[in-house]
Amino acid sequence: MAALAEPSPDGRFGEFGGRFIPESLVPACKELEVAFRAAWADPAFHAEYEGLLRDYGGRPTPVTECRRLSERLGVRVLLKREDLAHTGSHKLNNVIGQSLLTRRMGKPRVIAETGAGQHGVATATACALFGLDCVVYMGEVDVERQELNVFRMQLLGAEVIPVSSGSRTLKDAVNEALRDWVANVETTHYCIGSVMGPHPYPWMVREFQRILGEEARTQCRALLDGRDPDFVVACVGGGSNAAGTFAGFADTSARLVGVEAAGGAAIGHGVPGVVHGMKSYLVQDEVGQVNEAHSISAGLDYPGVGPEHSHLSATGRATYVTAGDAEVLDAFQLLSHTEGIIPALESAHGLAWVVRAAGSDDLPSGSTVLLTLSGRGDKDVAQVRDLL
Amino acid sequence: MNELRRVEPALRAARDAGRKLLVPYVTGGLGDDWCEVVAAVAAAGADAIEVGIPFSDPVMDGPTIQEASMRALDRGATPSSIIAELSEVDAGVPLVVMTYYNIVFRGGHRRIARSLVEHGVAGAIVPDLPLDEFFEWGRAADDAGVETILLAAPTTPDDRLAEICARSHGFVYGVGLMGVTGERTSLAASATTMAKRLKAVTDVPVLIGVGVSTPEQAVEVSAEADGVVVGSALVRRLLDGGGPDAAAEFVGELRSALDGMGTTAP
Repeated sequence: MAALAEPSPDGRFGEFGGRFIPESLVPACKELEVAFRAAWADPAFHAEYEGLLRDYGGRPTPVTECRRLSERLGVRVLLKREDLAHTGSHKLNNVIGQSLLTRRMGKPRVIAETGAGQHGVATATACALFGLDCVVYMGEVDVERQELNVFRMQLLGAEVIPVSSGSRTLKDAVNEALRDWVANVETTHYCIGSVMGPHPYPWMVREFQRILGEEARTQCRALLDGRDPDFVVACVGGGSNAAGTFAGFADTSARLVGVEAAGGAAIGHGVPGVVHGMKSYLVQDEVGQVNEAHSISAGLDYPGVGPEHSHLSATGRATYVTAGDAEVLDAFQLLSHTEGIIPALESAHGLAWVVRAAGSDDLPSGSTVLLTLSGRGDKDVAQVRDLL
Repeated sequence: MNELRRVEPALRAARDAGRKLLVPYVTGGLGDDWCEVVAAVAAAGADAIEVGIPFSDPVMDGPTIQEASMRALDRGATPSSIIAELSEVDAGVPLVVMTYYNIVFRGGHRRIARSLVEHGVAGAIVPDLPLDEFFEWGRAADDAGVETILLAAPTTPDDRLAEICARSHGFVYGVGLMGVTGERTSLAASATTMAKRLKAVTDVPVLIGVGVSTPEQAVEVSAEADGVVVGSALVRRLLDGGGPDAAAEFVGELRSALDGMGTTAP
């Protein structure tokens, strides 16, 4: 199987992926797969999807050359500016696609999970645009640390339900969304926010995020006299911005690097397991209980990872590294000072690795790096103020 | 010491003798006296007992069994401790475990299957392992002699229903409603429909669970089904401080109601 191609008929990327879900949800996943295949082969669907992302979402987002940062690090840094897209992150690409599918399937209600709130805000936005009922599940811990995003979702007409079970973060929000879906599957589409969950979600969400990687490749070639960057870097929680970015560069010679949060590093610290419908790397104990993640970034506070990333790691096509909270806070401030861009804490993980690795064998001086800036940091400013 | 008793022969024999089947669910490791609860429930008229091995992320379970699972995990319950303690219970009826697939996957398909049989546990229910992903566990379970009970849902199409019944051993677990486990004030219409659809395609015992909470609801759905699985209504009594006696009293009420319907049937 070529890297970042279609998964096998049973939804596998190598040994990872699949559809490990209660019987009640199997027909809905099959229905979704059929709907997605038909839509993705339909030029009219592409025209509407791409038209909305252009006229409503503000695409294409630019690639920005970071002159002062590059001078300081000794590597040439280009940023793919998803922070400039409508709602402030790459998440809208996916939810516009899934909302169009929801309409095609004739379902009036959408549910979503959210960690940092970016996917919840994007889902609430798309539901407002399409006139769909919207319920967002969010862990109580995240409701507290991302209170402005909660209000944004409410302003957009969504109902936000705080989740008080388990670790009260993203993992538990997914559990609660799945429970809602089991009860309401006939009227409800579950709009999963990352390249995770049962087949076809990991594949479908990657395809809806492919647009950012394909734009970036074209933009990089224009800036680099037809060459591709030496390194392509993105942060990885579930891994949707990384999957979309990597999809644009799969057939180039660029080295692909995913950066996980040290406190939620499924590939870095986990072993294969099965949760939330998929087989993938998972941070868990010796008998299979899932561990709670602990990261400064609500969006990366997740013990699992999308199954295709597990496969890309296993085959060596991509490399996965980690970044810790302290160096992430430094990177957050560095980009703000040197380039006038305040990154999301999630995106700052990618930058933290670039800062640490620049000049080493892992990222030699003089290299060119494309880093996907998956979102803007406005949502994190209050939290960072308290942490500094 | 518990001796292994096969689920399907026991349930078929009871059904064919005109008895409605009752399978209570108890969360393993919930309280120091959980093994006494299992024994008491057996003595009160269970035809088999389903013991939950708690998992950190039980997506098929509502608040009651989530709470019970967390309490058991906080007490330090593990899959091997539960299976080992269960082997000391002289229940006198077949035992099956219910757990989520990551526990089986992490523990190793063959190791878990062998361990169940060695400790006198005859069957297993894995609610997040649908037919399409069943192969690896199914082979290990068959080789070790573990009866795997599959779930059928109201959304399952007819052709798939027949496949599920063909692959299910012990009994077929018909999910009574679209939703997670938990008590409901009335029986969903989908429960009776589920039972009828399953009875039309299989001779394997058909039990309905999820949303069967009271003796009245058990009787209502057993007009079509061969019997019921009752979980949250029993576990709530345990969470509220009830012990083996309270569990036995509730299971006794379910038993009497089901037996009463047997004697008044035309």
